[in-house]
Amino acid sequence: MERIWEQFPIVVQSLNIGFLQTLKLFIVTLLGAVPLGLIIAFGSLSRFRPLSYLTKIVVWIIRGTPLMIQLLIIFYFPGLVLGKQIWGGGEAGRFVASTVAFIFNYACYFSEIYRGGIQSIPVGQEEAGLVLGMTKRQIFFKVTLLQMIKRIVPPISNEIITLVKDTSLARIIALQEIIWAGQAFLKGSQGISGEIWPLIFTAVYYLIFSGLLTALLGRLEKKLDYFR
Amino acid sequence: MAILEVEHLSKTFGRTQVLKDINFCLEKGQVVSLIGSSGSGKTTCLRCLNFLERPDTGVIRVNGETLFDANDPVTTQEAAIRKKRLHFGLVFQSFNLFPQYTALGNVMLASELLAKERPDYKENRKEIHDEIERKAQVLLMQMGLGDRMGNYPHQLSGGQCQRVAIARALALKPDILCFDEPTSALDPELTGEVLKVIRELAEQNTTMIIVTHEMAFARDVSNHVIFMDDGRILEEGTPREVFGNPREERTRQFLGHYVQ
Repeated sequence: MERIWEQFPIVVQSLNIGFLQTLKLFIVTLLGAVPLGLIIAFGSLSRFRPLSYLTKIVVWIIRGTPLMIQLLIIFYFPGLVLGKQIWGGGEAGRFVASTVAFIFNYACYFSEIYRGGIQSIPVGQEEAGLVLGMTKRQIFFKVTLLQMIKRIVPPISNEIITLVKDTSLARIIALQEIIWAGQAFLKGSQGISGEIWPLIFTAVYYLIFSGLLTALLGRLEKKLDYFR
Repeated sequence: MAILEVEHLSKTFGRTQVLKDINFCLEKGQVVSLIGSSGSGKTTCLRCLNFLERPDTGVIRVNGETLFDANDPVTTQEAAIRKKRLHFGLVFQSFNLFPQYTALGNVMLASELLAKERPDYKENRKEIHDEIERKAQVLLMQMGLGDRMGNYPHQLSGGQCQRVAIARALALKPDILCFDEPTSALDPELTGEVLKVIRELAEQNTTMIIVTHEMAFARDVSNHVIFMDDGRILEEGTPREVFGNPREERTRQFLGHYVQ
């Protein structure tokens, strides 16, 4: 026990740095995937058949294969097969490659949630807007959008909580996120080696962060409770 | 001059011809009831008038102005259609109120959006908004909903929702107000309060087209009754003629199901 107390400040400092990287990956993924998902959703809802088929195939491939494989392919393929290292070296390059993989992957999941949200709004809402002389644009922004948001908050919350933990997959291309940081003390780092507790302790970070997010998203859901 | 003239309207969905050469006209202040069995084309007819369906053939004229002519591509463009819709109001069977707005908000929304297109909107924003709000309040009070203006649709009964929907349609001052089975989703008690409101509108000489299965109501309130069957107008006339002494066997058969 005493040993842990001695190691604690070193470990926490290291985990904090790792968690910062986790947090960055999480935020950048959300910022990219939320709008990209909407574009993909419009693509799959398009009445132009080739476009909707193409987007559906892309979504199928991305959702049908492990994110871990996508990370590996996106990171290594350009360098090893095309002979061109496009991601740049070091931690920064790994971070960019990770965000590309994560944004694409999550945008595909989001797009399906959006699509469900858009399709769940009864046609009568649009028709009511039309007969009142509203433009399609006004109908989308003033009538359907908020109803759609209300319906997608619970499933999107689910994905967001999953994303918090999925960021750890970037460990596979050695992104120095919190799992990587905790694992370092297993092999040996800063005079500490053969210790499993730092890795276990990373769970506290995940729990606190996902707890905060759950509370935040729960409040958003409550805010939209005023209508049905 | 007739306020509405409909000529040779027809509409086909896939292989089914739902409307077959519909012709009728309507005078200002008149109330027309469209009756007939389900699938006879009544609702499609209303939806064509409101440009929710595009007729395959035919002409729709309001106050002498040709709003739609299937042979004239200029009149069938989507952009031109939006403003033409404002000649008609439509009250749906399922109300279709906007759930995230209060009763008052539902009545005001479209007027506010239209007001933004006015050239003087920027200077007189406040006055315009107050005016729209005042008119909406008057309409809701007229509908007997003075104490319900701040309620959201899910807090209202079906009958109250439908009355909000009527106020919402009236707010834009349509030339012709259309009702698509306005009471079919309501129980008999709530049906009464909605029919009462429509009856009051008829007394104020509101021009209306009502698709309904309430035969007693249609007989009382309308000046003209149209009986539709299999996409055609089979018989029309005053309520007394159609209900009291139908010419067609099919009309008699249909009305026979509503024995008083």
